[in-house]
Amino acid sequence: MSERKVVIPGEVIFSESDYLPGDNTEKREEGIVATIFGVAEESNKLVRVIPISGAYQPRRGNVIIGTVVRMIPNGWFIDIDTPEDAFLSLSEVPRYVNRGELAEVLDLGEAVVAKIANIDKRGIDLTLRVHGLGKIEEGLLVKINPNKVPRVIGKEGSMINLIKDETKCQITVGQNGIIWISGPTTEDELHAKKAVEFITENFFMEGLTEEVKKWFEENKKE
Amino acid sequence: MTEEFKRPDGRKIDELRPITAKVGIIPNADGSAMWAFGGTVAIAAVYGPRKMHPQHAQNPEKCVLRCEYNMISFSVNDRIRPGTNRRASEISKITEWALEPVIQLEKFPNQVIDVYINIIQANASTRCAGINAAAMALAQAGIPMKSLASSVSIGKLDKQLVVDVNKHEEDWEEGEGPTDIPITMTPDGRITHMQLDGNIPKEQLKEAIKMAREATKKIHEIQKEALKKSVEARE
Repeated sequence: MSERKVVIPGEVIFSESDYLPGDNTEKREEGIVATIFGVAEESNKLVRVIPISGAYQPRRGNVIIGTVVRMIPNGWFIDIDTPEDAFLSLSEVPRYVNRGELAEVLDLGEAVVAKIANIDKRGIDLTLRVHGLGKIEEGLLVKINPNKVPRVIGKEGSMINLIKDETKCQITVGQNGIIWISGPTTEDELHAKKAVEFITENFFMEGLTEEVKKWFEENKKE
Repeated sequence: MTEEFKRPDGRKIDELRPITAKVGIIPNADGSAMWAFGGTVAIAAVYGPRKMHPQHAQNPEKCVLRCEYNMISFSVNDRIRPGTNRRASEISKITEWALEPVIQLEKFPNQVIDVYINIIQANASTRCAGINAAAMALAQAGIPMKSLASSVSIGKLDKQLVVDVNKHEEDWEEGEGPTDIPITMTPDGRITHMQLDGNIPKEQLKEAIKMAREATKKIHEIQKEALKKSVEARE
């Protein structure tokens, strides 16, 4: 199957028996059936469906971007766009923090890039003990649908590198759909934001990287 | 008798009212949809799967489906008192039972999916419109499902079976009076919900189920088309 196909739950994608069910599909008597609303893809007889809408499901190891909403003596509560706030413990910050001086490191309303260390019954735990994570000092935060994050990053980062090169901005994409853009000037940042919006509006298109290249030629920064 | 029977609005006995279906009407929700059977308009919003609160209501084996059916006070000719009443809580429960069999609830233990159904205009068959809208909204919310669910009401007016009753037919006064049978089915014709309000002989009930099977097939096609259109519109 060369073209992408939108499928609904219960729809038969292939009725031949030699296909294998992948993510979000099921093998039934009538063939390979989608169990989610999304776009069907096939490679080497393996069929899978990629969801195109819905809420963000946090997974361990995801790098996410959130803002501080609450502080307690041993850590911060971070809103990461999930129903429940995530917790960043004091011990997961790789620097010395004076007792009662948490606000010096991270204050209410400040944004942070963090990694999900663990998810269990009590909630979501975050960590900053990985290279490249930490507080966001300046820049622009853009919110997109979390299901479109893979399109913004592209195959092996091709899309995000293209935007970085064209706009000279530093871009960090959180798996929860929040994107941090930091560039030399505000104009550069807004230019990058427009590119991201172009991708999310046209996420369904084939050969999107080429289309974005064209878009950059047409929409040069003056 | 079958040939001569005239419905008050001139429809054929197996004809549905004009249907409007739209997906993605509420930006704030994870999934949303609108369904209209003629003058009956239902909107549904889905939130979740999300953490169940209070904690004692969590189910460690599977996700909880929580539906809330509500008729807006201006949806009928005589203003109804806003808020939940006996009828609304019954239909909320019925909607949960109609939709639970098609959702893969075991994938999200301890969590909850909230479905809010509002009837903004009522002209009979509101629970069917609500279920149809909710099924589309659940699909758009990216919730794993075995299939969609489609709902239709079969009416018995005196002795004649008709598809998709409206308010005028629901208050039928001649002969044996009205019987209302809302039925929800999966596209392969399995029943997830059926109610019966009135009297009906056994043989005729079988016929009613057969009629519902045909009508839900049409409804399923419209749901499918609306969902696919919601993606292409953004292309």
